[in-house]
Amino acid sequence: MNGGMDELYREVILDHHRRPRGQAPLAGPADARAEGKNPSCGDELELELACAGGAITGAHVACRGCAIATASGSILAELVPGRTPEQARALAEAFREAMHSPDGVLADALDPGDLEVLTGVRKFPARVKCALLPWITLLSALDAQSGDGRAAPATTEA
Amino acid sequence: MRRAKPLTAPAGVEPCDGQKGDCSRCGRIFAERFPLLERTVNGRPLVYLDNAATTQKPGAVIAAEARYYREHNANVHRGMHTLGVEATDLYEGCRTRVGRFLAVPAERVVITRGATSALNLVAGGLAATLKPGDEILVTEMEHHANLVPWIQLARREGLVLRHIPITAGGELDLARLPELLGSRTRVVALTHVSNVLGTINPVAEIAAAAHRRGALVVVDAAQSVGHLPVAFDDLGADFLVFSAHKAYGPMGLGFLAGTAEALERLEPVEVGGEMIDMVTMESATWAAIPARFEAGTPNVAAAAAFPAALDTIDEATLERLRQHEISLTAYALERLLAVGGLTIYGPRQADRRGGLVAFHDPMVHPHDMAQLLDSLGIAIRAGHHCAQPLHRRLGVVATSRASFGMYNTHEDIDALIHGINYARSVFGL
Repeated sequence: MNGGMDELYREVILDHHRRPRGQAPLAGPADARAEGKNPSCGDELELELACAGGAITGAHVACRGCAIATASGSILAELVPGRTPEQARALAEAFREAMHSPDGVLADALDPGDLEVLTGVRKFPARVKCALLPWITLLSALDAQSGDGRAAPATTEA
Repeated sequence: MRRAKPLTAPAGVEPCDGQKGDCSRCGRIFAERFPLLERTVNGRPLVYLDNAATTQKPGAVIAAEARYYREHNANVHRGMHTLGVEATDLYEGCRTRVGRFLAVPAERVVITRGATSALNLVAGGLAATLKPGDEILVTEMEHHANLVPWIQLARREGLVLRHIPITAGGELDLARLPELLGSRTRVVALTHVSNVLGTINPVAEIAAAAHRRGALVVVDAAQSVGHLPVAFDDLGADFLVFSAHKAYGPMGLGFLAGTAEALERLEPVEVGGEMIDMVTMESATWAAIPARFEAGTPNVAAAAAFPAALDTIDEATLERLRQHEISLTAYALERLLAVGGLTIYGPRQADRRGGLVAFHDPMVHPHDMAQLLDSLGIAIRAGHHCAQPLHRRLGVVATSRASFGMYNTHEDIDALIHGINYARSVFGL
């Protein structure tokens, strides 16, 4: 690929796009949920979380978006279960910060997994919103869980 | 670039004949006049197929805008000095030129910041003439610019907003018109050419039906002016808006043309500055039309430059530009259909469309399509194109759109097809 496309569409990202994780509905009712959108392009994402014992136990992601948004949602579905809401929030915020910084490094302590690969998208400013959509939606779902239980619509324009 | 199958133009449509020396097999018109087309993108020659978003500008337009700032810069209608007079002459000259282009008297041409601004002026300006329960009729294929101002007006004034739906073929379902046009319909607002479906709407027919009900007709001609012949009276509209930048002119400039009676019904939306007649500390009266609607300092540089764009169009002739866009559209439809698996929106006959084609590949999201095409130097638009309700109707959140201008070639479409196949290959398809 040329024009930096090999950086944007890395094999790990393409794999998540082709076989997105988190497609299966949660076994029971969701403990937190939110809907995210990117108004500038119309992409939409629904996120549901299951929680037990102070930790996130499952994530369901339904994305109507591009390969980057789909892959990002898939990586989220893989990375979030097993973390506490605070740990998930820290990861989402670190990713958001990394996407707006020149070096875009995620600390090893966050155990970022495939999310590290996705930070390469920051070199394509028009696509940063695509990568962030699932994580901004996650923050909205977590806010709702810790607040009044109602998720405000999450938007990449916020 | 490899040439594929020969062009098949619709019946009755003759390809350009190359008489002007730059149009081989309907190849291109005046491309050498557009400096930006010389640049490369990602190491490739630029293939610019996003003309429905904005067209490139001829060197004469760029030079005229620069010349304004180098030689004439002053505010208009107030300078009692040479520069002020020159600036005013250039600004009013633009109004006269646009009037001549649309075959409407200059005093019925309002200069605005753009088509969106002009539509807001019409919607806001009609507010005082409307009563709760009055109806506004729009279409399902409207650009947000000709939808949101009416939504907002309806919300504020307690109006009922109705819309003409589209058929499966992407044309207005005119069979619904009699039931939708009622005794309370006050305004019918519709696009001349859809920026997604490409459909050319039968504005004159709809306007005639609307007028029988006493409704005003507002036409968004942003996708048609500069691309197909548009004469104000032929459309039968009360108001027509368009933007300069989609007709090879500068950004930040648009126009509202109207009948004298319709313009008289508008209240100014923006007030202050030069649109006044007499102001006391307690009251103000308004200048005559069109100055009444031109508050504040206008974009004089853009106005000074736009006539050069209209000169270019007139030199090429709109008939020839239209034939060229039909030819490109016919070829694009044929080649996109041959790719296989793409959904293509709007009428299948090129002569029923403006020069654009939106499509959807279920395997490659439009963002990814646009990104991968960009890596090859090919510029298209991806997204909802500011027509979310239409996309919802079509069942997709986004589409990819290739749109054409005078300088595009059949080879550009070959490059697009190559790029689509490349995008599919990246995704392993």
